[in-house]
Amino acid sequence: MAVEKTSVNPPHLLWQGGTQPLKAGYGKLMMWIFLLSDVFTFSGFLVTYGLIRFGYPTFSEVVAGMTHKTFEFSQHYWPIPEKVFKAVPLLHGVDLPLVFVGIMTFILIFSSVTMVLAVEAGHRRDKADVEKWMLWTILGGFIFLSSQAWEWTHFIHGTEHGLTLEDGTTIFGAKLGINEYGPPNFANLFFFITGFHGFHVFIGVLLNIMVFYNTTNGIYQKRGHYEMVEKVGLYWHFVDLVWVFVFTFFYLV
Amino acid sequence: MAEHSLTERQKPNTKHLWKVFWILLALTALEFVVAFTVDADHYKWTKIGIFVIMTIIKAYYIVGIFMHLGSETKAFIWTIVLPVIFVLWLIVALLVEGEYFGIEKFF
Repeated sequence: MAVEKTSVNPPHLLWQGGTQPLKAGYGKLMMWIFLLSDVFTFSGFLVTYGLIRFGYPTFSEVVAGMTHKTFEFSQHYWPIPEKVFKAVPLLHGVDLPLVFVGIMTFILIFSSVTMVLAVEAGHRRDKADVEKWMLWTILGGFIFLSSQAWEWTHFIHGTEHGLTLEDGTTIFGAKLGINEYGPPNFANLFFFITGFHGFHVFIGVLLNIMVFYNTTNGIYQKRGHYEMVEKVGLYWHFVDLVWVFVFTFFYLV
Repeated sequence: MAEHSLTERQKPNTKHLWKVFWILLALTALEFVVAFTVDADHYKWTKIGIFVIMTIIKAYYIVGIFMHLGSETKAFIWTIVLPVIFVLWLIVALLVEGEYFGIEKFF
């Protein structure tokens, strides 16, 4: 078939039929479809979170007259996130609500912009720039993962005083079965949602390292295009996007 | 590399990307301000509304600019956006349903 003769598109963007549906390369389009399916997965998690959270009574329904100022943890109602996540590494005993998670959000937004700069450099086929921005992105990913590891550790170990239940026992930290910050479901959903997101970040870092490795070896330069940077970039931005939603619905609301 | 001399090196055009970065940063900072200044006991739903709107604005910038969905073809954009609209419907529907769910009874 002589379809290629009339086509103005570069060969790597052509599908088998020689035409280009939706004016996008096959790999890029399929990455989008994959991300759409990932949207369904994360939406499933967040929907479950919302449903279960709304299934519990609010603290003011259980304890009459309790306000955000006088709030105390209990197994009977959902906790206020900013009362739970208020520790920062190296600042023991200082109440800094949401500060650490704010830093994590900043890191992810920053690594997102360095990724898009790498994609932009790829369009210009500027090998040195792609390498530079990929390194920054990988660094951001690593810092985010370490931060999350610290946050999980703190959440699992809990506070020094713990929570004393009605029967006199004291429980410490959040585990799958017991949770000093609220109903065990709160901890379970936290582990599932941030864990699944963290796993995505981990995969993203691996993909970023692969792209960096291939760029350094000149594979994309030889291939003539940096579409792989763009595809992995889509995935990485999606991870950032999910965090934007997790941040709102888990930490702020 | 021989095929990549300095003369053919194009200048990066990244102004609009950094602009989006600052917008995202400013919106997140604004969320923090709202989280700690607005009284949650009286304005709970106002607060939640503000957070949701700002989240959607942030999502718009990430998807539209960083992921370049804004510069794809119309059919491409709708392929992605339409299913997401249905998902939003599911989220709202199940949140409302949660009020009647009464989990306390089961545990």
